[in-house]
Amino acid sequence: MRRLRAFGRFWYDFVIGDDWRIACWVVPALGATAGLAAAGVNAWWLPPLAVAGALAHSLHRAVKSTRGPG
Amino acid sequence: MSPTALFLTVFLACAVEAVEALTVVLAAGTGRHWPSALQGAGAALVALAVVVGALGSAVTHLPIGVLRAVVGTLLLLFGLQWLRKSVLRASGWKARRDEAAAFARGVAAAEQVPAERRGKVADWYAFTVAFKGVALEGLEVAFIVATFGGNQHDVPVAVLGAVAAAVVVGAAGFAIRAPLSRVPENAVKFVVGTLLTAFGLFWSAEGVQVDWPGSDAALLVLVPGVALLALAYAWVLRRGAWVGPR
Repeated sequence: MRRLRAFGRFWYDFVIGDDWRIACWVVPALGATAGLAAAGVNAWWLPPLAVAGALAHSLHRAVKSTRGPG
Repeated sequence: MSPTALFLTVFLACAVEAVEALTVVLAAGTGRHWPSALQGAGAALVALAVVVGALGSAVTHLPIGVLRAVVGTLLLLFGLQWLRKSVLRASGWKARRDEAAAFARGVAAAEQVPAERRGKVADWYAFTVAFKGVALEGLEVAFIVATFGGNQHDVPVAVLGAVAAAVVVGAAGFAIRAPLSRVPENAVKFVVGTLLTAFGLFWSAEGVQVDWPGSDAALLVLVPGVALLALAYAWVLRRGAWVGPR
């Protein structure tokens, strides 16, 4: 069980990395882009917007947690 | 992506990881036992070659739409993590990696553990430390080699870029028998993070049926666009504009 957990932890760290919030921006944005494409809307602008938002959000959180509360 | 751009992308990605792996192998060799450390590094390189071979052949057999959506998303996630780290380092919010300090820590840790022989390996600790260092640092590069190479249907050029970087970094490290602390790791990480993010963005969007304006020429906007965005974030963080001055 411990090995299984370590294996899962390794792959989580490998794919998701230091901040899971980045994936929370990117994956739904790509899903929405796919949905819009299926509805005939070429939403090429959505993934770049999600990338800009993901990086800004993650950096903001990292800096705030470095400074600590207050 | 031209073969030259593919070669350079993989070369840079591999070089920055090789510098970190080299520090671990040097610490295991200097602090413990050189032959065992080299055996460990060699075994890890063989394991990575197997991963690239298996993954590369699997990637080239996937339907192009699935390949681009899955691989593009993973590259995008990797790229954003690399960019995040290099922006935080460039703006002073995260300590830059210090190879000399990492080497000193590795040697100090190595000297604490008693030697143990296992089979043909004289010092099992030196072997496992070197193996883990090379395998863990190299796994991301193996993924980049397989996915970039597979997407461009040119795995051999990607492999060549990775091998060239490993040879250059390895030769430089063993020539001076010291960690390569003068390599501008953060700048290289920034460049590679930019390329992974831009290509990940391009491929993942194509994978979900997006048509980029200008088709492949969109990359000429995406790559500098991602770089400028990251530089702008670094500038904002240096000024403390998001959280007030430190």
